[in-house]
Amino acid sequence: MESPGQQLLSPREIDTRIHRLAYEILERHPKEKFILVGIHRRGVPLAQRLAKVLEDERPGVETGMLDITLHRDDPQKATFSPDFGKTKLPHDLDGTLVILVDDVLFTGRTIRAAIDALFEYGRPSKIELAVLVDRGCREVPIQPDYCGLRQTIGRESYLRVRLREQDGHDGLFLVDNKHQAP
Amino acid sequence: MNGRKDLLDIESLSVEEINYLLETAGPFKNLIRQSVKKMPPLRGRHVLTLFYEPSTRTRSSFEIAAKRLSADVTNFTVSTSSVVKGESIIDTIDTLQAMQVDYIIVRHGAAGVPNLIAKHTRASVINAGDGHHAHPTQGLLDAFTIKEVLGPLTGRRIAIIGDIQHSRVARSTSMILRKLGAQVGVFGPGPLIPEDRHPDMQSFRTFDEVFDWQPEVIYLLRIQTERQKEQFFPSLHEYHRLYGVTDERLNYIRGKGIYIMHPGPVNRGVELVDGVMTYERTLINLQVENGIAARMAVLYWLQPETGSQRE
Repeated sequence: MESPGQQLLSPREIDTRIHRLAYEILERHPKEKFILVGIHRRGVPLAQRLAKVLEDERPGVETGMLDITLHRDDPQKATFSPDFGKTKLPHDLDGTLVILVDDVLFTGRTIRAAIDALFEYGRPSKIELAVLVDRGCREVPIQPDYCGLRQTIGRESYLRVRLREQDGHDGLFLVDNKHQAP
Repeated sequence: MNGRKDLLDIESLSVEEINYLLETAGPFKNLIRQSVKKMPPLRGRHVLTLFYEPSTRTRSSFEIAAKRLSADVTNFTVSTSSVVKGESIIDTIDTLQAMQVDYIIVRHGAAGVPNLIAKHTRASVINAGDGHHAHPTQGLLDAFTIKEVLGPLTGRRIAIIGDIQHSRVARSTSMILRKLGAQVGVFGPGPLIPEDRHPDMQSFRTFDEVFDWQPEVIYLLRIQTERQKEQFFPSLHEYHRLYGVTDERLNYIRGKGIYIMHPGPVNRGVELVDGVMTYERTLINLQVENGIAARMAVLYWLQPETGSQRE
């Protein structure tokens, strides 16, 4: 039985934050077309939820998914994941505005790898970043354009994100002891 | 799943490791089929192919796999190297070690040479065929190919036909298939069927007996005329009549929907008739394509002890 840890966001709050993210994106791009690309694993359902929120304003907004395993800066440490190689984009990205979506922004290395991976599929006109939580502790100069929650959390702690599509329920929890993770 | 330093044979791989490699090969194949022809994980790494025996296909396959992973590749060509000047294998390895290569892909006529090289270098060594001993990446690509068309291998029947005794392909492929739960039967000229094979491996006396066993895949081995100093069968014509896929047998195979495999290059009119090459269940070209993906999975998995280990 996993210890739940301290709740930072309730299911309802997660929903609110996702709505807010969606509208911030819309506000910045009232006319321009864009594609929401979720990073495996939990960026994928997040991107789909953002698209769903935008369904009324932007019917048929495009989504994609990105696996970054081959672009990590520590490739030999990568373990096999069922998402390995599961990159799916509706078309090549030449001239496209891409909004990368992930659950937690931490060191920034994942995003660095994701940007690298995106360029395999063309030359986007622009790449932006939307995250549910920015927990600080960056190791590369990358900042989010859209952020649901900003809270600095030390390296010794672990953030547990739960999304109903993958975990059966929503929630954001702080687990003090890293060893209880994930 | 932590990688090993070397891949020398199928025997030393666990079922878990085999499954990891097969599961990684799939995504690599999909990526190649999509627009992505090149991926970065081996950027800055150096792969050396060291072939003491001629081979175009296997060497090219490794070379393409390494390049798709962004490695640099050097081909050490034996005929133009110091080997002809009598340099020993260990001396060659010392030279290569000094060149700071990270992976050495080796083929040699004598069994055990890759193991010897692996012991003397920090680079990862991949056995690309050593004598009659092993050809592990062939085994992996064959298992991957059969799995792709048939699904899980448990209980599947694969008949291997030809010179089982002297074939490293037969050894590696039958071993991986049996490790994954398949049944393997063998058929070929009497002196070429090993007496000391695993007792689970059934042998047949005629092609009809092979058919009666109802295999789902028939795997034809290449008759290696260049390696055949002793005569184990009267003539190639005779071989074809007794052990080859003739037009008549192809009709039966087509009727039953049996898949045909061959490690290539084929001797038309010996192991098989021309018609096999256009038969819709011939997997020979698929084997070539899958060979690249399987070798990418191996290169991606191995962990050389050279240079700085990035954390």
